[in-house]
Amino acid sequence: MKYMLLICGDETAAKHAEDGCGGWTDEMQARGVLRGGAGLRPPHDATTVRLRDDTVLLTDGPFAETKEQIGGFCLIECADLDEAIEISAKHPAASYGTIEIRPVVDP
Amino acid sequence: MIDVETAVATAFREEWGQVVAALIRTTGDWDLAEECAQDAFAQALARWPHDGIPDRPGAWLTTTARRRATDRLRRDAVGAAKLREVAAMTREPEPHPDDSGVPDDRLRLMFTCCHPALALESQVALTLRTLAGLTTTEIARAFLVGESAMAKRLTRAKQKIKHAGVPYRVPPAHLLPERTPAVLAVLYLLFNEGYSATSGAELIRHDLAAEAIRFARVLTQLMPDEPEAAGLLALMLLQHARRDTRVDGAGELVTLAEQDRDRWDHDEIAEGTTVLDGALRRGQPGPYQIQAAIAACHATARDAADTDWTQIAALYEQLEQRTPSPAVALNRAVAVGMADGPAAGLRLVDELATSSSLAGYHLLPATRADLLRRLGRDVEAVEAYREALALAPTGTERRYLRRKLADLGANVTEKS
Repeated sequence: MKYMLLICGDETAAKHAEDGCGGWTDEMQARGVLRGGAGLRPPHDATTVRLRDDTVLLTDGPFAETKEQIGGFCLIECADLDEAIEISAKHPAASYGTIEIRPVVDP
Repeated sequence: MIDVETAVATAFREEWGQVVAALIRTTGDWDLAEECAQDAFAQALARWPHDGIPDRPGAWLTTTARRRATDRLRRDAVGAAKLREVAAMTREPEPHPDDSGVPDDRLRLMFTCCHPALALESQVALTLRTLAGLTTTEIARAFLVGESAMAKRLTRAKQKIKHAGVPYRVPPAHLLPERTPAVLAVLYLLFNEGYSATSGAELIRHDLAAEAIRFARVLTQLMPDEPEAAGLLALMLLQHARRDTRVDGAGELVTLAEQDRDRWDHDEIAEGTTVLDGALRRGQPGPYQIQAAIAACHATARDAADTDWTQIAALYEQLEQRTPSPAVALNRAVAVGMADGPAAGLRLVDELATSSSLAGYHLLPATRADLLRRLGRDVEAVEAYREALALAPTGTERRYLRRKLADLGANVTEKS
């Protein structure tokens, strides 16, 4: 199964932006479960796009003004949800933010 | 000759979970498993009157359901994946439900239904549907929600299991310590839903308590090394033993002290204490074993005066250290009030009242009232009983509090 891990945190999580992922990335690469991922610039650098009546509408900022913001993502491939939970719990962001595990739709 | 309908009803109670659980394992399809299990029981009703009741009804039902699932999958097969499933199923050896040592399908099902990635109410509903075979209507009635809401909850839970890749298995040993409590919690919740039922769809809810005990029994057989599973079974048995005396003929609440102990189920008490002793011997106490030990203190006391309140207070203190909660703290205060006198109990209750997480909980003023009454502070007691009366959620409890007020000679009309 493929899962997208959405790394979320509130504004206090920003101070961890430069922390990197400790040994997590190396470990998961060695395990062969990591399929991609990156950290993201903060929400105020976001641009939201919608197409309505053939017109491109742009908004400055994220699509949802919530306290929790997505700060990064990882795509993993592993056996099942239990393994995805175990992988997520090891991610350093799990100790200060939240990680949302979203199953990727099978093509 | 045994009545076929009775035989099918018994088989339904005993085998439904096993049949569904085995089919989920082989097909991976929860809906198909339920439908084919239902179909197998319908066939039993139609065929057993002519063919006779099979020696092993469970094996007959599992084989029949499996055959039906194979047919369905063959007929519906559109792609290679489905055909592979069918191939895998036909290779599947016949089940040997009596073999020990083989991981039981029901245990897989129990752990999957109680996976912490599902909301607690979904865990409970799914357990009742797939493991106990209750209909959506029955589950909805037992939890006082609409039928369509319950159907939606069940569908969503099954979809999440499928789409999120919740594994259908008993978790590996290193995950058991964090996963077993969820299974125990669901069973205890089930039991309490049935046990504390004093109104509403009463009959179905009483069935829930018996059903929970049955599952706890299965669980202790399947996990003999888990003393908390045995602790939970013991706790349920010891509480269930008092079921007939908790409410009198007129439906009024009867306190533990006033219950007719001759009418307690002494076989159940004996079984409960035996199960508990076996668990405690392992030397790994946990919250369920401690609660069962408290229940055993009550159940084995000859009469209310014989109750070992010092022991109960000490057990509540242990319980509070492990699972701190305002409700446990309040129970400890009650026990201390009995062991060391009402003044000591009142001190603890008043401490609790200031910490305020019990605000709005009727048992706090009710407990205070009892202690004040025993201290002869009747005016304050009346005031506290009135406060409890305004907060009490059920008619039975309100009537009980009104009787207490009447005993104190207070005017019992409710302020509203």
